[in-house]
Amino acid sequence: MSDLQTPASSPAAGAATSEAPSTATAASNASSAQAAGGRTFLPRNTLLRHLLVLVLCAVGAVILLESTDLGFNAQIGYVAFYAIAAGGLTLLTGLNGQISLGHGALMAVGAYTTALLLDVEEPLPLIVIFLAAVALTSVVGAIVGVAAARLHGPYLAGATLALAVGLPGLALYFRSFLGGEQGLTVSSPDRPDWFVEGIRTLSGNSASGVKWIAYIAVACLLITYFLLANLMRSRVGRTWRAVRDQEVAAELAGINLGTWRVLAFLVSAAAAGLAGAVLALVVRLTAPTAFTIVLSLSLLTAIVIGGLGSLLGALIGSALLVFLPRVLRDAGESLDMDAAQAAEISYVVYGVILVLVMLFAPAGLVGSIRLAWMKQRARRAGARTGG
Amino acid sequence: MAAATVATTLAACGGGDSGGGGGGGDSAENEASDIGITEDSIKLGAHYPLTGVAAPGYSEIPTGVQAYFDFVNANGGVNGRQIEFVYRDDAYNPTNTSQVVNQLVLEDEVFAIMSGLGTPTHNAVTDFLNSEGVPDLFVSSGSRLWDDPEEKPYTFGWQPDYEIEGKIIGQYVAENFPDAKVGLFLQGDDFGEDGSAGARQFLEDQIVAEETYVPGNTDVRPQISALQAAGADFILGFNVPSYTALSQLTALQLGYDPQWFYSNVGSDPVLVGSLLARFSEGAISDASLLDGVLTTEYIPGVDNPDNEWTQLWQRVWEESGQEGELSNYRAYGMSQAYTMVQALQSAGQNPTRDDLVAAVEQAGSEWQGPGFAPFRYSEDKHAGYSGMLVSRLLGEGSEELTPVLVTDNGDAEITEAENEPASPPESGIPDEEPIN
Repeated sequence: MSDLQTPASSPAAGAATSEAPSTATAASNASSAQAAGGRTFLPRNTLLRHLLVLVLCAVGAVILLESTDLGFNAQIGYVAFYAIAAGGLTLLTGLNGQISLGHGALMAVGAYTTALLLDVEEPLPLIVIFLAAVALTSVVGAIVGVAAARLHGPYLAGATLALAVGLPGLALYFRSFLGGEQGLTVSSPDRPDWFVEGIRTLSGNSASGVKWIAYIAVACLLITYFLLANLMRSRVGRTWRAVRDQEVAAELAGINLGTWRVLAFLVSAAAAGLAGAVLALVVRLTAPTAFTIVLSLSLLTAIVIGGLGSLLGALIGSALLVFLPRVLRDAGESLDMDAAQAAEISYVVYGVILVLVMLFAPAGLVGSIRLAWMKQRARRAGARTGG
Repeated sequence: MAAATVATTLAACGGGDSGGGGGGGDSAENEASDIGITEDSIKLGAHYPLTGVAAPGYSEIPTGVQAYFDFVNANGGVNGRQIEFVYRDDAYNPTNTSQVVNQLVLEDEVFAIMSGLGTPTHNAVTDFLNSEGVPDLFVSSGSRLWDDPEEKPYTFGWQPDYEIEGKIIGQYVAENFPDAKVGLFLQGDDFGEDGSAGARQFLEDQIVAEETYVPGNTDVRPQISALQAAGADFILGFNVPSYTALSQLTALQLGYDPQWFYSNVGSDPVLVGSLLARFSEGAISDASLLDGVLTTEYIPGVDNPDNEWTQLWQRVWEESGQEGELSNYRAYGMSQAYTMVQALQSAGQNPTRDDLVAAVEQAGSEWQGPGFAPFRYSEDKHAGYSGMLVSRLLGEGSEELTPVLVTDNGDAEITEAENEPASPPESGIPDEEPIN
């Protein structure tokens, strides 16, 4: 796990060094607001700027969903739930420097809550169910966070690993209530009429159940990212960064480390809970085999490849999680491999890509681009003053 | 090529039958009668664990299915259509299953899904397939979830479900080992639960202990010692192959030597033998530990090399030119593919998805194939094979101990099968009449 270069365990960012922001978390530090002085068309006010981006992204998402076929719509749903969970995790790991191998299990809490609440004669409105899933997962996350706040690096990884291994087992233990190994099937919520009408007037496409769920997933993603982005750019985000980079300095500045760590875990768990709720709708089943340690590790690889601490990075990493295996598999099949070989090769290539990113772009895709851009700007500024 | 010939020779008559209501008999032309079906091809999809913990053994099933479809295609296909079989890896994770099945249905646009493997995995997609009206045939799992014509009209099971297997085993043990103290060794899900429920119909008084394991936990010493402590001298296991190997090794360590009976799922001697070698780090090199173990069979496999079906599968496997040997998992896949070809033939020349479902419901119980017992398909029942026989493992072969026994769920009686097992047709390809 040390390869992951989590700030807590990497020497460059550990408490013993004053060399603040490490390379690994470069993606989390540069804000678009820091384009101060440079030309920008975006408003200076953070909230306004994020609102504008939100609206643009929403328009873009609708265009994307309506110009692609239903199969692609379905894939977007998968990207969305991975991205929501990865967004929460990147806040925890990239901003606050805590590692979690237990986010898969937290997603299970959200997913089972959703499945159970939907499995009644007259289910509550979807938004209430989602909020309930978020609330319950936040509670679980806060409890884990209290324990996690006292732990560092490998110990924290171990504690959250226990969560990932143990929690899905509850579904087997309380079999009559939680469905056991075969899981709980999730009944798809009905499409409202306004949605069907809206899609017909908008693009003429038929609004199938798959499309409705894709829209729900994307809406959840955008709202989550909007809220997380605001939080990251606020005083709260700065405090988290302070806790991550210099514990002693932060404490001297009056920051209670434990409280802020628990808060980060709580926010991160809330995102995982929503991701689980969306997963339940998209997959239409919650079963313990879906929430193994593999899920938690996938989320970690997504944020590492994308760039720790960056929401855009988390989104890119999640998209890679969904689309890269497909692309690799299709490539393998076009090279005349049989399906089993093609499936195996996709894991190998994925691993190789992860290693390459670690070696050559330890700040992740977004982080590396940002670093390069900042360097260039510094050089240009230097040239201007020098000349 | 073959398809083109058929299309031209038959082009003379019919043709205008565009009602979409399915087969117009032999005289009509081939049409693209539904999604996934064209004049000269028919596309079927499936999901299996090709990677991950469940892959050993199960990943061989699609190679068997593919080999048999290749064989049928080389002989002209079904109604002049070549069968295109697309299967994808889900690593036995329901999230992946729903993703790949979405892709198969929405992007690859398959005509039907067949042979989807696993209870939790396939359970993730039955609602979707039924809401989209995609036939979901011959699920590779003995769960009773697939027999629900009211809620899931497009889903059909294939193998005997775990409950009737439990009943047949229970009756055999009660009759042949009336003094045995039976201990149950169960997987902690519906597999163990249904099997136990069936066996208890006959063995309630003889059972002295029931122990369950959680899949994934590889230490079964507590369970096996508890069975030993309860004085069980006959252990009935409803478990997967890796736990057959683990329970054998653990019993060996404990010096415990009861009579073992493993249900069909956990008893493939070749796979268990290789697992034993791996788990014991070479101390045990083959399946010799399994000599004398009792089990059940419902289709002929490689342990019966003289069976005509096994010989057909051997021929099909060799002609397919794929790597590896014929195994019981490949024979399983070929048997499913054989049933699928029967279903496609019964559905008529230009079938819709609903025609395919109707064909299984109406004609399925009449199909003669590799299975020892007939299917239970009807409009009210979507369950697969109705019975099996009890056998004893000897090396990598087996000897039959009972005739084929058939029954149904609940308290239905167990009887001997009326029909003799069928022989494969000369050509190796079924020839079913269309239902309409």
